Amino acid sequence: MKVKLNVNGCQREADVEPRKTLLDTLREDFLLVGSHAGCEHGVCGACTVLVDGEPSRSCLMFAVQADGYEITTIEGLAPAPGELSVVQDAFCETHGLQCGYCTPGMILAGHALLEHNDSPTREDIVEAISGNICRCTGYGQIVEAIEFAADRLRKANTPRGGRS
Amino acid sequence: MSSGVHLKFVSSNRRVREDRRFVAGQGRYVADVALEGLLHVAVLPSQHPAARILSINTAEAMKMPGVHYVLTGEELAKATEPLMNGLDTPNVRRFPLAVGQVRYAGEWVVAVVAESRAQAEDAAEKVKVEYEPLPYVIDSEEAYSPSSSPVHAEHGSNLLLDKTFVWGEVDKHFAESPRHLSFRVVWGRSSTVPIETFGVAAKWDPWREILDVWASIQMPKYADQIARSLRIPLNHVRVHNDVDVGGSYGVKRGIKQSVIVSHLACLLGRPVRLIEDRLDNMRAGDAHGPDRIFDVEVAFNDEGIVKSMKMRALDNVGAYAGRSPFQLGKPIGAIVGPYKIESVKYHAVAVTSNKAAQEAVRGFGQAPTNYAIETAIDKVAAAVGLDRIEVRRRNFIRAEEFPYLIPSGTRYDSGDYHTVVAKVLAHADYEGLKRERDELRASGLCAGIGISACLEPSGGNSAFEPLLNEKNTTSTWMESCRINVDGLGFVTATIHTTSSGQGHETLAATVIGEVLQINPDQIRIVRPDTLSSLPSNSPVGSRMAIMLGGAAFHAAQKLKAKIIRLAAHQFGCAEKDVVYEGGTVSNAASKKKLTWAEHVTIAHRNFHLLPEGMEPGLEVTHVMQVPTGTQLPKDGRVQMYPCHSFEFHLVLIAFDPEIGKPTIRRYVIGHDCGTVINPRIVKGMTLGGIAHGIGASLLEEFVYDSEGQMLTQSFMDYLLPSSHEVPHVEIVHHCTPSPFTVFGQKGSGESGYLGSPAAISSAINDAVAPLGISFSKLPIRIAAISDAIAAAKDGNKNKEKA
Repeated sequence: MKVKLNVNGCQREADVEPRKTLLDTLREDFLLVGSHAGCEHGVCGACTVLVDGEPSRSCLMFAVQADGYEITTIEGLAPAPGELSVVQDAFCETHGLQCGYCTPGMILAGHALLEHNDSPTREDIVEAISGNICRCTGYGQIVEAIEFAADRLRKANTPRGGRS
Repeated sequence: MSSGVHLKFVSSNRRVREDRRFVAGQGRYVADVALEGLLHVAVLPSQHPAARILSINTAEAMKMPGVHYVLTGEELAKATEPLMNGLDTPNVRRFPLAVGQVRYAGEWVVAVVAESRAQAEDAAEKVKVEYEPLPYVIDSEEAYSPSSSPVHAEHGSNLLLDKTFVWGEVDKHFAESPRHLSFRVVWGRSSTVPIETFGVAAKWDPWREILDVWASIQMPKYADQIARSLRIPLNHVRVHNDVDVGGSYGVKRGIKQSVIVSHLACLLGRPVRLIEDRLDNMRAGDAHGPDRIFDVEVAFNDEGIVKSMKMRALDNVGAYAGRSPFQLGKPIGAIVGPYKIESVKYHAVAVTSNKAAQEAVRGFGQAPTNYAIETAIDKVAAAVGLDRIEVRRRNFIRAEEFPYLIPSGTRYDSGDYHTVVAKVLAHADYEGLKRERDELRASGLCAGIGISACLEPSGGNSAFEPLLNEKNTTSTWMESCRINVDGLGFVTATIHTTSSGQGHETLAATVIGEVLQINPDQIRIVRPDTLSSLPSNSPVGSRMAIMLGGAAFHAAQKLKAKIIRLAAHQFGCAEKDVVYEGGTVSNAASKKKLTWAEHVTIAHRNFHLLPEGMEPGLEVTHVMQVPTGTQLPKDGRVQMYPCHSFEFHLVLIAFDPEIGKPTIRRYVIGHDCGTVINPRIVKGMTLGGIAHGIGASLLEEFVYDSEGQMLTQSFMDYLLPSSHEVPHVEIVHHCTPSPFTVFGQKGSGESGYLGSPAAISSAINDAVAPLGISFSKLPIRIAAISDAIAAAKDGNKNKEKA
């Protein structure tokens, strides 16, 4: 069946089986392969996308259920080709990743946190990323990245909301 | 290069160049490789732990929509060679799909190929397999017993390896020692469980006769094994090393998956892909880790000095052999840990069982062995009534005793264990930490301090292969680098393996930049496919800082030497009379100077200006041998890895005795891996290794029931540590350079993981010691803790009543 999805600010259409997940649709129909399949049963968070700004498991959502929502994938965060958002750049600064597989989901989770909390405590950050499993880093440099991004966003003289 | 030399880029706090593409979601993993006309594979698993396959009916599956082919094990076995065994066990045959018999629940029986994965899964459900159940064995001791049903009838028993080494005068030392103690500890079967499962895609081009392979792989000699199995020349196989690997830590060695898709791609004339789903991966990705029982006996004196050790390690490797039994061999290179134990008897046993097959896991058997050694030291301290750290200090090899030859034949390169421990204790305020523990206890909680000290052998020379298999004559495990300066003066260097997050591009660029004195950010690093590659043995054995770093260093030195020779020739002076600085070469006497651009022009365009015999262009290669371990074993002794990093863990854990859920309140690690090439990478490795060790010691296990079924098949039951379980970790650095490496660097890819399970076990056992109980099996789950405490309290009450 046909679905119309708002992905990263663009209207996209696809003809999908009703059983097709949002994750598979993003990857196969729209070639947005930054969202990853990890466990496909809603635990690891590698497939995290933002649905109306909230981190959601795209492996547990059918594409047809996503009709009418604003979907943001990792490809929607970079302000321009070759340019990183504050959160993305912070992950580079602290090396908050290794293999990069959980990273898109982790960055979206961090981005969503900072959209509504510009002074998160360590506990807030730990809670915000606790639905995303990273097997490489032990989370230390991920927490540092989000702390660093929060600090930079607080100091930046730009209005908040929307894309960082 | 000695440690006194000033380093500009090495050890400096630089960004990791790989990170940019990953934070943008622009990594290129195997599932992202777009191939036109791609077909998808789903596999049908066995429901039985052991059964004869009586018949397979594929007719209905073949009629399902989108289906192209249904492949059985029988058909695949006719067309391919069995997969390789590490040990000399020719009758333990392993095929990618079961042939005639299944040997563990979940084993792949049939592969279905369809237009989509969903269609392939739908069709797999329609395959009908008739089985006749056979006897099976799950328990390790039962498998070791001669009366157990052999998993491979042709092999005659479940024994794959049963080898005893005696290094030094064990009997004499035991007879002379006033005190002995013995115990058993068990390391439960867990693994590294990367978030990306294994995946592989292959495409056969009959006109060029090339099999292209894209895989999420971390495997030495991967292309060789595909070619052997498919019976095609190795130069017909082209593995693309530029595929990003979504985590591995040892296990991404999907050779059976690769043979299935390679065969199907050749057969069907279309690209074919198999991406494991999580259930495929957990149950039958053949990627479980060591599953080991240790029986340990130590001989010591009243001062807590350990003189000798006897260790039997019994590993349940599962249904097939592969390289996994070698994980009993690698720890021989650090079998006495950081201690001056004078003699060791080591009995290594590997048995087959009807569990899934194992693969290499971070440390290759070292973390379980360290857990056994460290448990022994804690028990010795308790026996003689001394502080656990004091006993370690008394047994440590001293800084001035390096290089230090251990009984099993390895010479440790360097270390300063006493200093690292002193720094950690000062940083953590050990006395204060003990007071904190006692206060927690006084408040009604269980609280304990955990300690472990261990080594990370690094540099990977694979010397355990000939040690455990006399037919194996491996004495090199080389790594390579090629550097080319192009006609416009830009530098491009190569690495010849995939990476799974270790930052090898950053490593190579940093080292080359250091030697050539140019900005590493301006150096391009590429990964040629295997047909264009120099020899590599992939990032295993904590070796790349040493081996890729070493190869890049030596290649850069060759390039520098060529530039110097070229310049000296222009100046008409001797090479010793010129100075290389930042790419410019000068001669003080003549005040002549040649810039980088001028070297490039001469090398690329002015053959008439080159010294006699010099090849045009600016291109060099270096194939590096491992710094030590160049000889085959002799009398059961061998020089294993060249370098030995040291780590010392100090942990405070507390928990409510009723609930039993451990909270790590403090985690301090002292880490010495010699010269650090990139501090951010090493920090990440160490923190990640600790998190992995927390999983192995508290949460993760592939549990089989008595029916031979695996119970922990999803992330709901096999629990990976989340950000809630992993504490903030404080790292205390120390640097004892290795004399065997170019910058004094040692390995760090397994750091943290090698000692954290021992430290956490130590902390929990310290916490429950006042109750008179202890835990001797990992993982120590919440339920096990609360149950044991409840039982202990009931027992005490009963005693009081009596």
